[in-house]
Amino acid sequence: MSKKFKIVVLAKQVPDTRNVGKNAMKEDGTVNRAALPAIFNPEDMNALEQALRLKDRFPGSEVLLLTMGPGRAAEVIREGYYRGADGGVLLTDRKFAGADTLATSYALSMAIKKISPDIIIAGRQAIDGDTAQVGPQVAEKLKLPQVTYAEDIQGFENGKLTIKRRLERGVETVQCPIPAVITVHATAPDCRPRNAKQLMRFKHARTISEEQDNEHNSYLPLNTKESLRIPEWSVSDVGGDEINYGLSGSPTKVKKIENIVFQAKESKKLTSAYEDINSLICELISSHTIG
Amino acid sequence: MNNIIIYIETEGGRIADVSLELLTKGRSLANQLSCKLEALLIGNNVESLSEELFLYGAEKVHLAQDKRLEFYQTLPYSAITIELFKQEKPQIALFGATSVGRDLAPRVSSSLMSGLTADCTSLEIGGHKEAKSGKEYNNLLYQIRPAFGGNIIATIINPDHRPQMATVREGVMKKEPLEKAVKGKISSIDVSKIVTDSDFIVQIIERHIEDRKVDIKGSPVIIAGGFGVGSKENFKLLYDLASVLGGEVGASRAAVDAGFAEPARQIGQTGVTVRPKLYIAVGISGQIQHTAGMDQSAMIISINNDPAAPIHQIADYAIIGDLNEIIPRMIKSYKQNSK
Ligand SMILES: Cc1cc2nc3c(=O)[nH]c(=O)nc-3n(C[C@H](O)[C@H](O)[C@H](O)COP(=O)(O)OP(=O)(O)OC[C@H]3O[C@@H](n4cnc5c(N)ncnc54)[C@H](O)[C@@H]3O)c2cc1C
Repeated sequence: MSKKFKIVVLAKQVPDTRNVGKNAMKEDGTVNRAALPAIFNPEDMNALEQALRLKDRFPGSEVLLLTMGPGRAAEVIREGYYRGADGGVLLTDRKFAGADTLATSYALSMAIKKISPDIIIAGRQAIDGDTAQVGPQVAEKLKLPQVTYAEDIQGFENGKLTIKRRLERGVETVQCPIPAVITVHATAPDCRPRNAKQLMRFKHARTISEEQDNEHNSYLPLNTKESLRIPEWSVSDVGGDEINYGLSGSPTKVKKIENIVFQAKESKKLTSAYEDINSLICELISSHTIG
Repeated sequence: MNNIIIYIETEGGRIADVSLELLTKGRSLANQLSCKLEALLIGNNVESLSEELFLYGAEKVHLAQDKRLEFYQTLPYSAITIELFKQEKPQIALFGATSVGRDLAPRVSSSLMSGLTADCTSLEIGGHKEAKSGKEYNNLLYQIRPAFGGNIIATIINPDHRPQMATVREGVMKKEPLEKAVKGKISSIDVSKIVTDSDFIVQIIERHIEDRKVDIKGSPVIIAGGFGVGSKENFKLLYDLASVLGGEVGASRAAVDAGFAEPARQIGQTGVTVRPKLYIAVGISGQIQHTAGMDQSAMIISINNDPAAPIHQIADYAIIGDLNEIIPRMIKSYKQNSK
């Protein structure tokens, strides 16, 4: 009998911070995420690929995406479908607002408990914060072992996954029993492309809120709609103590946000003409900065 | 009680630089707060390293030794750290933002429900008044870091939770030994009381740690290339200049991502932080994530053909023009003028 896994991939929709302009900031110092293109967090894509590879090797396994965010984050689930995932859940509730990494991890861990997977795989970190905290914190909340910076989930034998990790100065291979939380490093293989058939099939997948917001799917028969429905879970669906969610569950507070102001230093402007360069080099030599 | 604890990372039998940098910073924080500076040292046969910690100002070393603790492993190391923090109730706990620190600190913070801020570039002490309740706090740790792709600098506080935890990258803080070591104490932790067999369910079956080959941090002169250099081949210009001036070659993330230079050369928020005597930024636009790793350099020269590139604003000398013309001229000039 071949092993089948239920795998949850934690994925986040992030603003493409590689393209933040001044007009993406609100007056109160918070970021106007709506002004930025929203993308599937890059390392979560690497995580999804690792999950899909496990499914390839262990047919019958199931890959589910779990994402927390506003309504439009349902796009993450659709993207997962296009690349071969079997489904997903959008965790969305106003009560999650203002969550720091700890409150986020709490919410995710409550949803994971409800799904009760064998393996949880996440990207190492999200590009909007670069904290790499959520994976380990989710693991701790679930009292599960964690394997961070995975580059390759190599196999499963005797109840244990063999995982190669990328450390800053080398690699390490570990064996870890499941259930476990694994975070995947950017050096892991890229995610496979979208599959055209999956795309055709799941492009109409919607959450109920999305269906209510626009009439997009209205021509679809009701049973098709239902089979394509992306579940939305709120605090009341996952339970837990409300104090641990959102702002009240966040020990860290933002005291101050400063826009970057470059220090006004007197800089001397030079051209590329040889005379300019030459006098600079002479100055550096005489001041013993070089030479 | 209520002291500052620095997590000490070791590597091949020596203390990681980042831990000594954090002790140095911890010393000034402890002075400001009139509390003690302590260290947590976990490993196998690591007691002898305590001397060095005393030299960096640790007044107490909490020592956890066990032969099973030779290499860092999440579960036993976090169990020990959590237990110690529960007992000692430090007000501040600092970790290196390394593979180890970034694996350990979040696990600890989750268990203790204490806040954690990653990759701080500055740590200060200050007060806070909560707008809604009017409640006032003194002597909080300001955890300052670039956020949101570096377009903003955020100051994070943890008003009500302890310890206030932060990670800091290697090279961000200065490392300075005392002239004379403090007379510190060693306090042994009874590992067998804390760690159980089930903490060792994740097994390391192979480990392959490379010595850092490229080390640009110690170089007094750094020639850093960006995406504007255009290709791996063209980076040779920079190596030529570096060899003439006796420096090392660094790179921006865009240059590393494009494959022009190895990751170990990356400078900035997610690379190394450098403060050389001379920093020459070549074809680098000067985004904050990059400048965060070099703006403390004693002298900065920027070479960029875009007069509006932000890098020019932090440069002492801004050369506006094509790097392909400028660098050969620099080499030529240097060869002519130096004997
Ligand atoms: C979370 C996060 C962390 C990051 N961490 C880092 C980090 O650690 N380090 C880092 O460097 N970046 C980091 N970045 C990326 C950073 O935001 C910038 O994208 C990056 O620094 C840009 O690199 P660059 O200046 O080489 O490239 P570009 O911004 O593309 O600039 C190239 C420059 O070259 C100039 N140029 C082109 N041709 C020539 C020529 N012939 N002669 C002279 N000049 C020329 C152009 O005018 C331009 O200014 C990070 C980003 C994020 C979101």
